[in-house]
Amino acid sequence: MSQVIIQFKDVVKSFGEQTILNKVNLTINSGKTTVIAGPSGQGKSVTMKLILGLLRPDSGQILVGGKDISRMRLKALNEIRTQFGVLFQGSALLDSLTVFANVALPLEERTKMGSEEIRERVLAILAQLGLTGHEEKFPAQLSGGMRKRVGLARALMLQPEIMLFDEPTTGLDPENSLEIYKLFLETQKKFGYTSIIVSHDIPKIFNLADQVILVNKGKLTTFASPEDIQQSDIPEVQSFVQYTMGNIYLSREME
Amino acid sequence: MVRYLEKIGSNTMWILEDLGRMGAFLVFGLGGVFKRPFRFSAMIRQVRLIGANSFWVIFFIAGFTGMVLGLQGYYTLRKFGSEGALGSAVSLSLIRELGPVLTALMVTGRAGSAMCAEIGIMRNSEQLDALECMAIDPFRYLITPKFLATIISVPILTLFFNVVGIFGGYLAGCGLLGVNPGAYWAGMEQSVVNQDINMGIIKSFVFALVIVWVCAGRGYFVHVIRGAGFGAEGVSKVTTQAVVLSSIAILIWDYLLTAILL
Repeated sequence: MSQVIIQFKDVVKSFGEQTILNKVNLTINSGKTTVIAGPSGQGKSVTMKLILGLLRPDSGQILVGGKDISRMRLKALNEIRTQFGVLFQGSALLDSLTVFANVALPLEERTKMGSEEIRERVLAILAQLGLTGHEEKFPAQLSGGMRKRVGLARALMLQPEIMLFDEPTTGLDPENSLEIYKLFLETQKKFGYTSIIVSHDIPKIFNLADQVILVNKGKLTTFASPEDIQQSDIPEVQSFVQYTMGNIYLSREME
Repeated sequence: MVRYLEKIGSNTMWILEDLGRMGAFLVFGLGGVFKRPFRFSAMIRQVRLIGANSFWVIFFIAGFTGMVLGLQGYYTLRKFGSEGALGSAVSLSLIRELGPVLTALMVTGRAGSAMCAEIGIMRNSEQLDALECMAIDPFRYLITPKFLATIISVPILTLFFNVVGIFGGYLAGCGLLGVNPGAYWAGMEQSVVNQDINMGIIKSFVFALVIVWVCAGRGYFVHVIRGAGFGAEGVSKVTTQAVVLSSIAILIWDYLLTAILL
């Protein structure tokens, strides 16, 4: 039985007069893959930023490893953040640093490792992700797929317990998308992290999911499988399913 | 009428919110000095970008400003038969007023705009979020080195501006118009006192703080500034806004400091 690693309790988040999340609850278990899906502008990225502590809820609790981060001080929050790795939609590599410097950054800033050990670790992960020979390039000199791989390498450097992927395949061609999914499966197997994926790549992304959370009109609805979503009797969910998946979709067929 | 009042209320709230945000930015920006590890090499790199790379711009502006002062001063003083006071007029104008103000305006245009655009692009491309997610304090890592580098660079550039400007005045007044060089230097020596130099240096420190606070702050909050828009357009609008705000703030502070320190 896996442990609960992230929990939302009656979380409310508004921007001005617009309520994005209205008294939502969710539970994410450790070691599992959770896909957060839903129409654009409904709060997927806000949910992710709340988990990371980049946004604070107006009310409610956000528990990470049993600790409420919603009112936590920055120093304590930074300790919690060391458990997270994030692959951003645009990779978010520091564009003034080389590939090597980007990947080495978390080790240089967050650990007391010597430069030789850092070098060894960085070169090892770059080799693992097929980036050998690109160490001295700058992000602007890389393709979209390579930037994602560098972003993944950087996110994995501190061996996070929880990995968040924000639209990991947006802007990539099918070949590069497949490559990212393969790397995801390989690295999750190796590092055993809990993963949370915010994605539009439906239904493909459901192949990776242990559970799916649908964000719609300020509510989060949790489904144990893509089949459960299709069988939902909530009208908004039905219309989302029709629009994104067609009439019938079985996750087994895609595997 | 109600809509009008609502608009005033909403604008007032936004201004207060913005002031609060900028106030917190100043505190965190300066507070980063006490956070470890201190990024000394990043600060030196910024001193090079903000200070050393402004050398030639400051050199030419200071030189020609001094020469213009020499010309204008000469023809004005000649009306009163006081050409001998040219050294005093040029040096006091530069040390007390023009040196600090023109240097600050040049640094705003050259380095402040670049700083604002750089941080704004980092915000829009989630690079600042990425730093926070890696539990790296963006203030300690990015903002504080810029604060310190500007506070170090602007006073040094101001002193350099003053020296070049005084030589520019000498060139125009003594070299071209025939003012006695001895009178020029003696006038300067007799009229400039420590209080004048201190005033210039205090001004340059305050202006440096204004530049980095406004320019870096506007870039940092590019995503929440009302009416700025998004993406490249947002960064461009906010950069323009930062340069304008910083320039106005420099001139307002110049008046206030002159009134206090004279």
